[in-house]
Amino acid sequence: MTDVQALESDLPADSRLKREMPLIPTDSVAGRALVVVIAIMTFLACLTAGGALLVADASRGWRADVSQEVTIQIKPRSGEDTDAIVAKVAEIAAHANGVAEAHALSKSESERMLEPWLGQGVDLSQLPIPRLIVVRLNATSASDLEPLRAALASGAPQANLDDHRLWLSRLDTMADVIVLFAGSLFLLMIVAMATAIGFATRGAMAGNREIIEVLHFVGASDSFIAKQFQSHFLRLGLRGAAIGGASAILFFMLASLLSNWWSRSAGGEEISALFGAFTLNGIGYVSIFAICAVIAALTGFLSRTIAFSHLRTLL
Amino acid sequence: MLRFENVGLRYGMGAEIVRDLNFNIAPQSFQFLTGPSGAGKTTLLRLMLLSLRPTRGVVKIFGEDASKLDKDKITSLRRRIGVVFQDFRLLEHLTTYENVALPLRVMGRDEAGYRSEVVELLRWVGLGDRMNALPAVLSGGEKQRAAIARALIVRPELLLADEPTGNVDPAMAWRLLRLFVELHKSGTSVVIATHDLALMNQFDYARRLVVGDGRLTVFEPESP
Repeated sequence: MTDVQALESDLPADSRLKREMPLIPTDSVAGRALVVVIAIMTFLACLTAGGALLVADASRGWRADVSQEVTIQIKPRSGEDTDAIVAKVAEIAAHANGVAEAHALSKSESERMLEPWLGQGVDLSQLPIPRLIVVRLNATSASDLEPLRAALASGAPQANLDDHRLWLSRLDTMADVIVLFAGSLFLLMIVAMATAIGFATRGAMAGNREIIEVLHFVGASDSFIAKQFQSHFLRLGLRGAAIGGASAILFFMLASLLSNWWSRSAGGEEISALFGAFTLNGIGYVSIFAICAVIAALTGFLSRTIAFSHLRTLL
Repeated sequence: MLRFENVGLRYGMGAEIVRDLNFNIAPQSFQFLTGPSGAGKTTLLRLMLLSLRPTRGVVKIFGEDASKLDKDKITSLRRRIGVVFQDFRLLEHLTTYENVALPLRVMGRDEAGYRSEVVELLRWVGLGDRMNALPAVLSGGEKQRAAIARALIVRPELLLADEPTGNVDPAMAWRLLRLFVELHKSGTSVVIATHDLALMNQFDYARRLVVGDGRLTVFEPESP
């Protein structure tokens, strides 16, 4: 038995030494308030990041769908057999390099596409409704339309190939704006949280001025004292980030359940088309954990930096 | 060990609280710092502890000019000084054991390595059964003893004590003073601020530094 063990066993059972308690008192109203602020900020940051990921995923889906599909348009001209031309162009397109499938829309299908604008029951037979051929490309050749363009130029010069570039560039812009907006919001939240941590650290230093003074008198270095504040705020940050992150995960799980239920109802398809299934993938959940870790680490780092720079001004 | 040369201190544009202080604390010396209440004893102790900067004069501590010391150096010098505050300054959320072990903890020493020293000292000052008690439940005398134990635990080269026996009964005061004497015999310089004349008279070999009207007068002990 070592001296220390002997010393411990010598003590009454109910007086085993309590030791290595945090030097900064852990439980305070300001500390609890900061946990609440960090929890709310973490929750909002996770929602922003999760929302941006959902939109980015959905826009990738739209882009993949649209970029693998092109449309050939044929305007009817008087004296020509439009159906024959459509069939011929569809045949040429189907055999062009890189094309997986070419499907010519019938005259009635083309007319039905105008119903949302012109209404039902309108006689369109006298109008020169353009005819469409939907061409689905192989995944590997989605960006190379030259073979199809060359085949159409030589075999059917009246056919007009629309590769949706304008639509794609607008989708790109919209997705970029959403991601940029989410990034800006995220940064604003981090700045707001850093400000709150700064106030809380200065408040904690003012509230624990006597403790700091005693620590200085017994020979504690500034870095030792700053480390105590870092540990204190890291604990608060971890607690707040865990609450905020867990709430965000719960929110996304609940939203996923609701969107699944909703997608079976009227109007649900539009929401699904915009946001996909409203379900975060693995990267989304990993991102939430990463945000929580970063926020907790940021809380500790900021408090240490602020405490240290303040301590340098004291004797 | 500690030398004051023409030291004066004022706050802002006010009059000097202490002025023309000239004295030195020799190694292994024992002295009382005395004077009426409000004469500046605590201020003088704070100047010795480097927690106040003089507005004029030179303070030399352990051979170093205090005005030229950076914070890290001040920290390392403070580790050679033990201090007992008049108002104890125990950390309210730490137990007696943790308060006494604090100077060793801030030095980065392993807790298992100093546990026996702390427990032994606590038993010596009569706090063996109060090790897990928080300061809030300690009596004034117990707090005083805990504060003294905290100052002694590092075996300082210089001990500064502000009214260390003010809250204890005569028997305990005598016991604590014996502790200071033992510390002095083992090589520590001791400065005890007090206005207890009876206490000072028991140590006729001690120097007396008398503060009054902002100035300090040194009375050397009479030779036997």
